[in-house]
Amino acid sequence: MELTLWTYEGPPHVGAIRVAASMREVHLVLHAPQGDTYADLLFTMIEREGRRPPVTWTTFQARDLGSSTAEMVIETLKGACDRYQPQVLLVAESCTGELIQDQPGALAKGAGLSAPVIPIEMAAYTRKENWGASETFYQLVRGLLAGQVPKPGEERAPRSPDQAPSVNILGPTKLGFRCRDDVVEVRRLLESMGVRVNVVAPLDATPRDLLRIPEADANINLAPEVSDLTCEWLRRQFKQPTISTVPLGWGATRDFIAEVIETLGLDIDADTVGESRLPWYSRSVDSTYLTGKRVFIFADGTHALAAARMARDEMGFEVVGLGTYSRERARDVRALASEYGLEALITDDYLAVERAVTELQPELVLGTQMERHIAKRLGIPCAVISTPAHVQDYPARYSPQMGFEGSNVIFDTWVHPLIMGLEEHLLTMFRDDFEFNDDAVPSHLGGEGGGAQQTDNVTPMNPAEPGAVAWAVSAEKELRKIPFFVRGKARRNTEHFAQEQGLSVIDVETLYEAKAHFSR
Amino acid sequence: MSQVIARADADSMPSVTTERGERAVFCGLTSIIWLHRRIQDAFFLVVGSRTCAHLLQSAAGVMIFAEPRFATAILGERDLAGMADCHEELDRVVSELLERRPDIRRLFLVGSCPSEVIKLDLANAATRLQGVHENRLRISAFSGSGIETTFTQGEDQCLASMVPDLPAAPEESQRLMVVGTIADIIEDQFRRHFAQLGITDVDFFPAARADNLPSVGPGTRVILAQPYVSDTVSALVKRGAKLISAPYPLGIEGTLAWFQAAAAEWGHSPESVQEALAIPIARAQKSLAKARESLQGRTLHFLPDSQLELPLARFLRDECGMSLIEVATPFLDQTLMAEELKRLGSEVSIVEGSDLDSALARVRASRPDLTVCGMGIANPLEAEGLRTKWSIELIFTPIQGFDQVADLAGLFARPLTRERQLEVGSWS
Repeated sequence: MELTLWTYEGPPHVGAIRVAASMREVHLVLHAPQGDTYADLLFTMIEREGRRPPVTWTTFQARDLGSSTAEMVIETLKGACDRYQPQVLLVAESCTGELIQDQPGALAKGAGLSAPVIPIEMAAYTRKENWGASETFYQLVRGLLAGQVPKPGEERAPRSPDQAPSVNILGPTKLGFRCRDDVVEVRRLLESMGVRVNVVAPLDATPRDLLRIPEADANINLAPEVSDLTCEWLRRQFKQPTISTVPLGWGATRDFIAEVIETLGLDIDADTVGESRLPWYSRSVDSTYLTGKRVFIFADGTHALAAARMARDEMGFEVVGLGTYSRERARDVRALASEYGLEALITDDYLAVERAVTELQPELVLGTQMERHIAKRLGIPCAVISTPAHVQDYPARYSPQMGFEGSNVIFDTWVHPLIMGLEEHLLTMFRDDFEFNDDAVPSHLGGEGGGAQQTDNVTPMNPAEPGAVAWAVSAEKELRKIPFFVRGKARRNTEHFAQEQGLSVIDVETLYEAKAHFSR
Repeated sequence: MSQVIARADADSMPSVTTERGERAVFCGLTSIIWLHRRIQDAFFLVVGSRTCAHLLQSAAGVMIFAEPRFATAILGERDLAGMADCHEELDRVVSELLERRPDIRRLFLVGSCPSEVIKLDLANAATRLQGVHENRLRISAFSGSGIETTFTQGEDQCLASMVPDLPAAPEESQRLMVVGTIADIIEDQFRRHFAQLGITDVDFFPAARADNLPSVGPGTRVILAQPYVSDTVSALVKRGAKLISAPYPLGIEGTLAWFQAAAAEWGHSPESVQEALAIPIARAQKSLAKARESLQGRTLHFLPDSQLELPLARFLRDECGMSLIEVATPFLDQTLMAEELKRLGSEVSIVEGSDLDSALARVRASRPDLTVCGMGIANPLEAEGLRTKWSIELIFTPIQGFDQVADLAGLFARPLTRERQLEVGSWS
């Protein structure tokens, strides 16, 4: 039993719905109690979908238990087949469905349905949403392609010279972070290299499209949380190489281009493909103030890894915290964190993330909507870089994260919540200006965003605590002159310093002693 | 306003059809979202699965502005396989929780679909934990599971679980108990109105603090602010309380009749109540006029959701001039709805329960001007060119009483006004 306030991922059957909802001509029957249908609103409200996800629920109630739930499954399966005439019918259970052991997969196979059935085992009590999406996609692809798997030893026929090289883009789903626009951007990039996109899946694919997957020369593993398993299976069974660089960021996009050229044996110069404004924007003098800004990153594995690289190498930030809720990616994130001299935060406990942010007092938080709330409460600027995301992170405008345009978008997105260079200096110099003070938010953000309003809710030390230090009025006043976005950190450091030195009162001198001590 | 009393005498009742099939409704756990704001010293610990936790944060739109006073103890494979003792695990989780939140005065253990199916006895657990934490706080259990409760019924189960804790009232004293969560501002208004009628012995259940429980006994007169509290009413009646039959305080007529029914127990005539409340009534009539313009003559279909459907339908037809195509409700309690059924009359068709696909087919066939539905369905209907009002807003907004009448009508008028105002291409 695990105490949970907020979760980063839903249950695995929500992952199954994401795959079904991403595709066309697929229908999912879920054996689940009344109430589990809330999942519809994730799609229709958060992503503003104009159609209900293609899911029919058995919605059993207490009175059905023990007698008729198995009949309900069969009735629901038949009804869904008749009404929606899917090319493939997926069958799964939610957590409660799993407990009553009706085995809807087996029931469906014996029900003489008009559509082919693919049952998915959800493991609701050990697994989560991304695993569910990955498993569903894998079972769907495997189920459909089982008949096409080449015999052992059979070699892949080489591409005929008159055919353009081609790839599949695997992984993008509904409720993924900016998948809609990333697919457009990556497709554009590939086409500019003379590479044909054979199938994109799950997003907007039909089961018939999946049958064409083996025709491509390679698979792009665009959302490893969803497509890793499938790409690996295709690599083993169909000898289709996996292109595994995710083009998130300027450098990663260049690596991606190089990997595509190498994998497909293209005869083009990587440097001639596409261009991005990020390098110049980042080198221009206006961006100097970004140098060394302390950044905290927490996201799904893919976006956390990419953000860390971008933050350090392309924005010139200092990464002070890095973590993920994707346990499947823990190893990669740990490895990168240790390269950055950090210990990775691998957790799905929102409170642990909040503690880390509070402790580190970063100047910018890059995270999910959970971190957005944490940052808002602590008065720290924040940008959302990963799911789980809320309705405002499914924007109307074209807003990819991947490819060169994606790196332009990310540059803007991360810079936007910060106070701009000169503004920051002026704030520091003229603390007591009556309208240009701590309570003023960055001038370009009007009433929302940077959230300077709540800067002083960093709890002062409890004077009753043994070994506590008190702030002299003069030192407290001096502390107020330090910019609010680093004041929390300064307060903490000074208190730690005073404690270490065995001081009971912090005066102005202590404040500057501590500053010197920590700036070594 | 004389027609209010006249209509109450109508003897013909609506026809009720029962439907079974797929239901697109929230489970009772959703009630926690408003209950934990209403009862400010209570904590709701759901014993369930990741689905329960995900539902709560999805339905609540993730309101992490303050640490929430609800959480989920997620059952894992070890708990289900019997490798861990669920009760020991629960004790550990509760201790952990109380350490974090020493301010909590009442803890609800909330049952879910998984905990019900594995027959985890939370009532028993509550008693045991009460023994451990003796005087520190009250601990009780109720079920918000989807297999047993639909959306608002979670509140009913919560309140019913508190009834045994209500102190006994002295025999002779007559007090009024208003049952069902309403906004603080409505409670204050209602108290003022009752005071204008000379009724000051009024309790609200649930109150803003769980340790401030109203007493109950034969002198207790219960009137309902919300229609979905069937089990709570039964429990209160068992303790001697008397239920006042009334329509619900939605709309001017409903609110007036509600106060008249309550005041009758204190010997006030309907006319004297109308006179005493003349000022708010006049104000409400004035404020309703504008919204009424948008709603007059428009057709309306209710999909089943909150159990508020009948009183809302009555208000929108009688006071806003809308015409009702179908009124569906997840569950119909004939006793608690008696006054509403009377007012709705025989020409209204009521559907109890749900078969989602056929209900949507009827909506598509009749193409109502406005469909009241759950959040999951609203955008898909909008994309088909149908205007909707998503119903959870009706639970989260102060809509009862005279001074909210215009706000209530406004919730329904806004989608129609918006349709007229927007010049951005066709809706569908």
